[in-house]
Amino acid sequence: MADINKVLERFSERGDVIPALQAIQKEFGFLSEENMEALSKKIKTPLSHISGVATFYSMFKLSQIGKNHISICRGTACHVHNSEQMLKFIEKKLNIKAGEVTKDGKFSLECVNCIGACAKAPAMMIGDKVYGNLDEKKIEKILGSLQ
Amino acid sequence: MIALTDISDMKKGYEELTGDRVTVGLATCGISAGADKTLEKLKATELGIFLDTVGCAGMCHAEPIVTVKQGKIFSIYGHVTEDKADLLIQAIRQKKVCSELLLGHSLEEIDYYKKQKRVLMTNCGKVNPQSLNQYIANGGYNGLVKALKMKPEQAIDEVKVAGLRGRGGAGFPTATKWGLIASKQGRKILVCNGDEGDPGAFMNRVVMESDPFKLIEGMTIASYAIGSKEGIIYTRAEYPLAVKTLEQAMETARKHKLLGKDIMGVKGFDFDIKMKMGAGAFVCGEETALIGSIMGNRGNPRFRPPYPAEKGIDGNPTNINNVSTLSFVPVIFSMGGSEYAKIGTEKTKGTAVLCLAGKIKRAGVIEVPMGIKLREIIFDIGGGVGEGTKFKAVQAGGPAGGCISEKELDTPLEFETITALGAIMGSGGLVVLNDEACMVDVAKYFMSFTKGESCGKCTPCREGTTRLYEILERITKGLGTREELEKAKVLAQFIRENSLCGLGQGAPNPFISTVNKFPEEYAAHIERKECPSHACKNLVKYFILKNCVGCGACARQCPVNAISGKLKELHMIDQEKCIRCGACFDACAFDAIERK
Repeated sequence: MADINKVLERFSERGDVIPALQAIQKEFGFLSEENMEALSKKIKTPLSHISGVATFYSMFKLSQIGKNHISICRGTACHVHNSEQMLKFIEKKLNIKAGEVTKDGKFSLECVNCIGACAKAPAMMIGDKVYGNLDEKKIEKILGSLQ
Repeated sequence: MIALTDISDMKKGYEELTGDRVTVGLATCGISAGADKTLEKLKATELGIFLDTVGCAGMCHAEPIVTVKQGKIFSIYGHVTEDKADLLIQAIRQKKVCSELLLGHSLEEIDYYKKQKRVLMTNCGKVNPQSLNQYIANGGYNGLVKALKMKPEQAIDEVKVAGLRGRGGAGFPTATKWGLIASKQGRKILVCNGDEGDPGAFMNRVVMESDPFKLIEGMTIASYAIGSKEGIIYTRAEYPLAVKTLEQAMETARKHKLLGKDIMGVKGFDFDIKMKMGAGAFVCGEETALIGSIMGNRGNPRFRPPYPAEKGIDGNPTNINNVSTLSFVPVIFSMGGSEYAKIGTEKTKGTAVLCLAGKIKRAGVIEVPMGIKLREIIFDIGGGVGEGTKFKAVQAGGPAGGCISEKELDTPLEFETITALGAIMGSGGLVVLNDEACMVDVAKYFMSFTKGESCGKCTPCREGTTRLYEILERITKGLGTREELEKAKVLAQFIRENSLCGLGQGAPNPFISTVNKFPEEYAAHIERKECPSHACKNLVKYFILKNCVGCGACARQCPVNAISGKLKELHMIDQEKCIRCGACFDACAFDAIERK
């Protein structure tokens, strides 16, 4: 487990809140209350402000996400290419709803507004990788490869 | 000033670009289509040719794209997935053209490019995004050299002559914006807005991934013109490849005296750029929210004035331009403002970088001269909506934009003409809709988007978008009434007039434009409780026709056991039980299920 003090080393002022939260999330997977408190002390900023920022931006997670975090795109091009059906298929396949984590912690799922892969709609991101032109078969294969 | 030849090995760059070379397009669209695997395969093979990686030429529909220059012959290949790479390898070895995968021998030969005019995207898909040598060999940094020979105010005049207008949406004259901040004293900050959140728009991502030096050069020229020493690129965390590409390119630029102190040897000309990443909030594309986010706050917009040019980051004058706008700057200086102004129309000069997506045959990023007709973009460049379906509308400008119908397609592309159609040019995302799309559903989709992205600060936007969404949801469920629709129109006008920022003011646009242009679709949902496009599930009914052979395929697929019937006999759907999921319709191989 990473050391929170080490993660926060390069941050010193209030303006660093967002990059600091990004660094914490990258290291620990989510923003725990203790880690946000540590940040509050380090950059001498009220915890209320940090919590306000953490809850404003959709990318910040307040609880642990899965080993493979799936962001299914619900942008316009994906919408007209039936991304809702893809979402339902993944939900059925993993037996979780958007916003949840599988019991074994392998997968978590969320809907995002647009990942900018519109020419490859319907699309999703798992970690940093973009998968496009999805259909049920393709999703099954991708999920299988990540087991 | 030092010469460009002292900064880079131009000769090497030139030789790489003109000599024998195989390139693989490795932008996000390419990678998602498997270009990384194709590259691995090519790397593992002894080809005896210089193997290079490039960004995206805009043909997302034909990825992975590989180009081969062998002797005098240059070929562009499409759909070169890992399994097809062997075909290509064989052709390269035999010094032949691989006709199975060939798209053309030049971009101009390919239908997709015939009506395009590329001045900004000239490096995209051609130059290795990390090679400063290649960038300079292909004309890069010529713009900065020319700008540095001018006084800052002359540089602003050059942009004025070019008639450059902001490409983030509003079309505000860039030179005027620069002039406002240039006159200010003290610390000034230049921000590049790369928070491309409009669904349907991804041209900024493509430019950042494919030609990062152009953006860096554009920002450097802008900083010279307005007298700023600090630059910030604010982009989306959803674009990890763009962030990585830009960071590497900035590091290279620093090493070669193109960022940092005394740029290009000009004493006292200091400028450097920092990256800031967003964290998934659409509203941060709005400039005052963006400033808040850069300062580490929630992305809540605030009232203007004061405008950022007066009071921006930490209270200092701040100039914010979009990625496209700043990327046009080196082009303008390199070709000359008056030359650039010859492209396009009287009011809207130059070219536009747009995204084509949705129900279109050839999706991707395009660059077209302003004034081109939308019909040419969709049918000649995009190849139309594809077999078996009909064009219905094109959604332009994202959640603050509107729909443009078939009969309006001969409108020339200009900021003013698109606004007059009830849409906006916005950042340039065009999502094409065919007759399978229900316009009420499209309006509902956008309201669901804006209600989710509303920052919650002002009531008209926070409450208004939610109520508008609820009314639209009732209509798509067949519960809506005429009175509710009239109420929605009043509410839409109220949100437009009373919201604090552009997000709220523009939020009702998708509803207003669809209700004005497709009133018959709203009427069908409200009066007949029908969805003519069969997109609104609650309004679709499924019936089994007499030609049912009784195979039972539909009954097996039905998740709620609503279908009954004996084997080899006519089956029936229990309308009470049916959840209208359409599984039976998809399962039937005999066209025996009717959708109404």
